[in-house]
Amino acid sequence: MSDAVVSLRGVRKVFGAGSDATNALEKIDLEIPKGAFVSLIGPSGCGKSTLLRLIGDLTQPTAGTIEVNGKSAHRARLDRDYGVVFQSPVLFDWRTVERNVELPLEMSPIGKAARVERARAMLALVELTGFERRYPWQLSGGMQQRVAIARALSFEPAILLMDEPFGALDEMTRERLNIELLRIWQQTGTTIVFVTHSIPEAVFLSTRVVVMSARPGRILDVIGVDLSQPRNDLTREDERYFGFITRVREKLRGRDVGRPSAVEVAAS
Amino acid sequence: MSVRLRYYAPAVGVFLIVLVLWEVTVRALNIQQFLLPRPSAIAAAFAEHFDELMTVGRNTLVEAVGGLAIGGSAALLVAFATARWTTASRALLPFAVAANSIPIIAFAPIMNNWFGILNPLSKMMVVAVLVFFPIMINTLRGLTLVDPASLELMRSYAASERAVFVKVRVPNALPYFFTAVKISATLSLIGAIVAEYFGGAQSVLGQFIITEAAFFRFANAWAAIVVASAVSIAFFLIIVAAERVALPWHRANGGG
Repeated sequence: MSDAVVSLRGVRKVFGAGSDATNALEKIDLEIPKGAFVSLIGPSGCGKSTLLRLIGDLTQPTAGTIEVNGKSAHRARLDRDYGVVFQSPVLFDWRTVERNVELPLEMSPIGKAARVERARAMLALVELTGFERRYPWQLSGGMQQRVAIARALSFEPAILLMDEPFGALDEMTRERLNIELLRIWQQTGTTIVFVTHSIPEAVFLSTRVVVMSARPGRILDVIGVDLSQPRNDLTREDERYFGFITRVREKLRGRDVGRPSAVEVAAS
Repeated sequence: MSVRLRYYAPAVGVFLIVLVLWEVTVRALNIQQFLLPRPSAIAAAFAEHFDELMTVGRNTLVEAVGGLAIGGSAALLVAFATARWTTASRALLPFAVAANSIPIIAFAPIMNNWFGILNPLSKMMVVAVLVFFPIMINTLRGLTLVDPASLELMRSYAASERAVFVKVRVPNALPYFFTAVKISATLSLIGAIVAEYFGGAQSVLGQFIITEAAFFRFANAWAAIVVASAVSIAFFLIIVAAERVALPWHRANGGG
């Protein structure tokens, strides 16, 4: 309990009101320990993105409490505890790669020289040295997403929130970025909350996989994935890796026997 | 450079062919000078009245640029206020939309009355009202049509409203603004010349054309029209150049 960076208790989220009300999330209790890599997985519409946005104070819960580093999620956002990466890179066309990475630093009282230095270091971390002066449209989708990760980490946030960051990328790029993300995670020690549709991706990356059900979104199970670190391409051939994949898949299927769920379609 | 030359060669060719056809047709069909002067006659008139044409062209350009500056500044002010304060938006927007439906040129005699028929300001104000709406509405669109994910990103940084405005909305609006100014450059010359038709100082393109046409010196009138076109195109190109400097990142400008 004491080492939890994020803790949610009795969180509920209802969209709309009256007869149009939709229960997006119900009875969410979750603890995320410091330095963990936690994936949220579930069928489309299970509220996993909403859960991520609740943690990041980008939307407010209908009921329940969310604590981040012992304070409210709102306070944590004002303290700039979050780095956020969306499915699309959301880079500013009018800024070079380097100045995109500097963006969050401009919101804090650090000087120009320190900003540039910091941005360069972050770009080196995501292996984009040499691309500082390019504009976003001159980069591939995978490179753009790496810039977004560099930007999210540039101000050393306590938590990195990632909402299907590799969902729009091809399989090979995705697998390469998975390995890069793990390296960055180990180098920085940042706590990561990661939303994904892909079971293999969730198992490969995470120390814990949070399996969710759809409408209303509930946590079905939290599966600890104790595959050895650091993980690499060999991990993907490990028998225990497949074992975890099967466990997650069966858990997801549990409530919805018969017709294939959205997750399977997305993961196939 | 040679690539550029090859790129523009077809257009230059068409231009020359049209001139030659024009010249030949007018001569062959023996068309009267006052109906359609030959290009060579227009060129001769241009050479003969070169100094005067430059003077009237410059005076009209000053009106167009002045009007664009006045109208553009007002449009920016209103667009910024409207984007920043929703109350301002609700108070001002209906009037802006209504203003767009008004045939502005009908105001020319009123402007003559308000600002003095001989004062170039009366022509500038016609231009200003004419360009106000396209610049205002386009800039406002750029300030408000921002990717919601960008706003969410700024929110995750706990960015102030001011930071969102300066770092997201204004840069987002710049291409919209320049598009509107490019349209308005042409519009401003049309506005200035038509306003001049309603009377005022003599040494301007509109009055030059009216006077020469009244005395059946159509080659001179055509020479003035050539000047008006050249000024309009030059004005447009200057703004295109300014856009390239201001928006080096823009895809249409070939990027960095």
